[in-house]
Amino acid sequence: MLIYLARRLVLAAITCIAISILTFIIIRLPPGDFVDAYIANLASNGSVVSADQAQAMRREYGLDQPVIIQYGMWMSRVVVGDFGVSMMWRRPVTEVIGDRLWLTMAVSFSALFLTWTIALPIGIYSAVRQYSLGDYAATLLGFIGLAIPNFLLALILMYLGFRYLGLSVGGLFSPEFSQAPWSMAKAWDLAKHVPLPACVLALAGTAHQIRIMRANLLDELRRPYVVTARAKGISELHTVLKYPVRAALNPFASSIAYLFPYLVSGSIIVSLVLGLPTVGPLLLQALVAQDMFLAGTIVLLLGIMTVIGTLVSDLLLMWIEPRIRLQGRA
Amino acid sequence: MVESMGRHVLSVRDLAVEFGGDRGTLRALDGVSLDLHAGRVLGVVGESGCGKSVTARAILGILDRAGKVTGGQVLLDPGTSSQQDLVALDPNSQTMRGVRGGRIGLIFQEPMTALSVHYTVGNQIVEAIRAHRELSKADARNRAIELLGEVGIPRPESRVDAYPFQLSGGLRQRVGIAMALAADPQILIADEPTTALDVTTQAQVLALLRRLQRDKGIALMLITHDMGVIAQMADDVAVMYLGRIAEFSPVRDLFARPRHPYTRALLRSVPSIRAEPRDRLATIGGTVPHPGARPSGCAFHPRCPEVIAGRCDQSAPRPVPPLEAGAACFLNEGAA
Ligand SMILES: Nc1ncnc2c1ncn2[C@@H]1O[C@H](COP(=O)(O)OP(=O)(O)OP(=O)(O)O)[C@@H](O)[C@H]1O
Ligand SMILES: [Mg+2]
Repeated sequence: MLIYLARRLVLAAITCIAISILTFIIIRLPPGDFVDAYIANLASNGSVVSADQAQAMRREYGLDQPVIIQYGMWMSRVVVGDFGVSMMWRRPVTEVIGDRLWLTMAVSFSALFLTWTIALPIGIYSAVRQYSLGDYAATLLGFIGLAIPNFLLALILMYLGFRYLGLSVGGLFSPEFSQAPWSMAKAWDLAKHVPLPACVLALAGTAHQIRIMRANLLDELRRPYVVTARAKGISELHTVLKYPVRAALNPFASSIAYLFPYLVSGSIIVSLVLGLPTVGPLLLQALVAQDMFLAGTIVLLLGIMTVIGTLVSDLLLMWIEPRIRLQGRA
Repeated sequence: MVESMGRHVLSVRDLAVEFGGDRGTLRALDGVSLDLHAGRVLGVVGESGCGKSVTARAILGILDRAGKVTGGQVLLDPGTSSQQDLVALDPNSQTMRGVRGGRIGLIFQEPMTALSVHYTVGNQIVEAIRAHRELSKADARNRAIELLGEVGIPRPESRVDAYPFQLSGGLRQRVGIAMALAADPQILIADEPTTALDVTTQAQVLALLRRLQRDKGIALMLITHDMGVIAQMADDVAVMYLGRIAEFSPVRDLFARPRHPYTRALLRSVPSIRAEPRDRLATIGGTVPHPGARPSGCAFHPRCPEVIAGRCDQSAPRPVPPLEAGAACFLNEGAA
């Protein structure tokens, strides 16, 4: 088991390095660099940048060097915690990202939590009462959930919340807190703002996970060990929860790894609509402006999150599947 | 019956089970009657799909959701003041759960898939014990170790913490038996308990079952499609065909004087010790019809070598009367 974990950790480290290299290469793929994008942007406003100025900017950010050197320089600073300066914002990347990373995680995990607390019980119900009225209702709602675009739901909920509940919608903070330092009041304000975006983000995922849970559990319910459990005389609820549901949870544990980046990228449009200070829109802007250091840092952080997610899901799988724990394989 | 019998513990009468499906209902059991007596082994044989497993599950009230008992009775302790019709009980009721595992234990065919790979064998046996006995976890665990020892598992005190995938097929089946015995049921139903095992292990497990059954005076219903197992284990035999009992008789009579043409066909398909090794196994002509397409009259008539034209395809023979040796066949009725 320890060997298994160690192997996964080494793999995780290699994955992180690969991610960072890929990030850098992908960002440099489009023709031109940040300065070109910057000049084009200024030109559209009627300003002109001289060739000398452009050259100076390139030297300042190291853009005149080959990609390998740029990567090496950036990486050597990243490992000591310096992610460089955002060219677009002209401030350190860490400052630009600031609380956004934690806020993104808060929203994403709330969405994830909501997804599971809704999807798992409904999925279990749907499977145990297959073809019942409740199952059909869950299926129908699920398909509606899959079909409605997230941003549309965001707009509808915003309208309803504003019109009928008088909520201050949009953003994650009320105006008076958005710039304030952290305090209990600010945290409470955040807690009040999280549910709406979490609901919106959870919607499609919930519908999807209900289907997965239902299908998995239907599969497991047919297995002989369920009959064995029933034949012991334990209650049906206990039987279902202890045996087939546990087996059906396996894919959920494995999916934790890639759920986080999925939620972040899936949240870009919703974040724009709802004005959420998350990393999604920031990443989009950085990519458009070819702000390598900002975009690189965000992608790298997401990559690290995924790796951490993988480790968490591995640990969960080991807990769920004794075979993995004892034999190091599925 | 000639031999003296143990206490009458279970009596199945005219049990009918239907499965609802996309293409209409399917009658899996069509009036099955069986009797179990303490200290005796009832062998149930028949080809695949004749309803052996469905009978076992219907008795315990654990049919799949699509399955329904549409008629008949399952009487526990028949003829006593505590007689109970299990069919009339709600399958999820407290009483029925007490019967399951508590009064009637079930042993399965597939020792791998019949145990959950997610819990230790100890955990799964303790659960079976505590479902019926007020024991602390520690006491239940000691009882589980005792049970594992009783079914011949070496080093039970360490095996109790093993997962099923860490045990061999034979050991797993012994665990299955220990689990069925957890709450000391007087009735055991074993659904092809040795089919998935190799010959040597099969013999050992059968010997174990026989010993436990004799020692504890258990009424055992042994489901199999192996006539060899029947010869070795059973006291009485019920031969099933398409959801009905074709013949019921004491085991010696069955082999010496089979009454039903189907029984004779089954016996011919068993390799005899005296048969030349090169002899091909005799097989029964034709295939088992699907229960959804039951032939008219006697369901066996299209495959029967002794079919009486104009009779067997027209009307069904009388079912075998309960507790009497006999066959559901016109040839037999004529003789009576
Ligand atoms: N869950 C189910 N849904 C629909 N039909 C079923 C179901 N279970 C059993 N049946 C039907 O009931 C009939 C009897 O099945 P059963 O499992 O009792 O056969 P069996 O005698 O145990 O056969 P085998 O020797 O293969 O175990 C079969 O024809 C099958 O089609
Ligand atoms: Mg069967």
